[in-house]
Amino acid sequence: MAEVRSPSVFPADSVGLVQTQYASLFSEERPLTFQSGAQLTSVDVAYETYGRLNDRRDNAVFICHALTGDAHAAGRHHEDDDKPGWWDGLIGPGKALDTSQYFVICANVLGGCQGTTGPGSVDPQTGERFCLDFPFLTVADIVQVHAELVKHLGIDRLLAIVGGSLGGMQVLEWAVRFPDQVRAAVCLASAPKLAAQGIAFNAVGRRAIYADQGFGNGRYYDKDGPRYGLALARMVAHITYLSEDSIELKFGRRLQDQGGFAFEMQKETEFQIESYLHYQGKRFVQRFDANSYLYLTRAMDYFDLSGDDRTLSEAVRDVQARFLVASYDTDWLFPTSQSRELTSALLQEGKHVTFVELECPYGHDSFLIDLGPLTSLISPFLEQTLQAARA
Amino acid sequence: MAYRYQLPDPSVQLVDDLIIRHIDPGSRVIDLGCGDGRLMKRLQDELGCNVAGVDVELSNVEAVVRRGLPVVAADLNKGLADIPSDTFDFAVLSQTLQQVQRPRQVLKEMLRVASRGLVVVPNFGHWRVRYEVLRRGRTPVTEALPHKWYETPNVHFMSMRDFRELMQSIGLRIVKERPIIRGRAVDRAWAANLRADSAFYLLERTSG
Repeated sequence: MAEVRSPSVFPADSVGLVQTQYASLFSEERPLTFQSGAQLTSVDVAYETYGRLNDRRDNAVFICHALTGDAHAAGRHHEDDDKPGWWDGLIGPGKALDTSQYFVICANVLGGCQGTTGPGSVDPQTGERFCLDFPFLTVADIVQVHAELVKHLGIDRLLAIVGGSLGGMQVLEWAVRFPDQVRAAVCLASAPKLAAQGIAFNAVGRRAIYADQGFGNGRYYDKDGPRYGLALARMVAHITYLSEDSIELKFGRRLQDQGGFAFEMQKETEFQIESYLHYQGKRFVQRFDANSYLYLTRAMDYFDLSGDDRTLSEAVRDVQARFLVASYDTDWLFPTSQSRELTSALLQEGKHVTFVELECPYGHDSFLIDLGPLTSLISPFLEQTLQAARA
Repeated sequence: MAYRYQLPDPSVQLVDDLIIRHIDPGSRVIDLGCGDGRLMKRLQDELGCNVAGVDVELSNVEAVVRRGLPVVAADLNKGLADIPSDTFDFAVLSQTLQQVQRPRQVLKEMLRVASRGLVVVPNFGHWRVRYEVLRRGRTPVTEALPHKWYETPNVHFMSMRDFRELMQSIGLRIVKERPIIRGRAVDRAWAANLRADSAFYLLERTSG
């Protein structure tokens, strides 16, 4: 797996070396008020930017990352970084999010564990880590913090907001909550609410964490923590990101060792798919905090753009952004039917909406992998939005 | 982005002009089988319409997006389930009806989502078509129907007479009928079903 290379010169379509930056937002006088009513007087946000904000300040594009993503969407942190940012194929000079034209921003979400304030951060009031005393958070709270960051960067109105999965939910929340601050919304492999199936898988993941002896009510930061539980949560979740076809194609029934069956009950990595899932689980534990996983999956469960008091059409009634909605035919976690429901509501309200179901074998993860078709849509979509904005 | 200049196809232009003449400025229009969005663009620019397109081909969807217009990728053969009822003032179905599997369903769907429908279809009653069949015993290839039988996208053939009959059976009213004869839409013509290579219709739901 380890790729040994040191690209002293980056390819022409790379944003090159980048650095994560930090902003400290909110204050005693102007605290962040969560949907639950809880308040925080200061929130640190980790973010990265690519490209340059122009003088008109009309070329900013905000990227919303998915459940376990981070602010590092493109470029490399060191010359000898193994891997570029998580959406590097989409962000860079000449790419779909063309950094020679646009100012691209990506920030870690509230409640996350990659630089933005979350349950693992120290509560300034107590001097201790929040752990499960961190306020319960929703997608609306995440978006509120990011909107504050955008304001902090001197931008009144975004050209576009782009995201997939949980990121797509943030896109919808943005467009609805701050209609006059978004010109275009790109919502990929996402939904106006998490379906019961998604809640079910999240529930299993959380249970795995709770059931781990190392969880200790979330106060585990000086110990090993719920490593096995978190790894198990990831293994289950990872399956939901793939498709039957892609698993079959990539692993089939192939065994890890050539010699045939081991006839050994405790050998957990006999099939290649087993070995792969264990590897994914193990790697995830190294980079992700179990408490953040609990908070963010809950935020996802709670997300429902329509809610009890309004229909989806009513929810999007004041939207000003033009929409690009795309789903994938093999995505069973965020099935096409949910994107269609969103599209119908937007059409009902007379909004500008383009919808496509793309064909791709990689299931829910397709939006991170199959970037060609996305580029042919996003690139002209943004270009036309900018043109219309300036007309 | 530079668009390649293409010579205008006079019959395409004529049909588009005809459709545009029947659409109220500022109305909501959906173009079913919108292709690259050529007509939608004109409706938006010339009449200030709020437009939307439907097309099944991804390349067409991309072309519409390149024009800065909205489009829903959908197969007319599978209905218009994504489009809520009564969302549009006009639905356009230009040179598309003969290519769908179930024309009846598509016409009904069309007038579910829009209060009025504009349809342009080739006329299979045209004398040249009849001549080809009768005289030569061959599946007709004409200007309006230019494909050989094994490669034609057209799967249903109808004459003007057939169309009128169908409208009656599914409870749609023909508000206007314009035979298109040698590149010209005329108000009225003798033996239209024999002479028109295609026909234009403005449709409405019958009350109830």
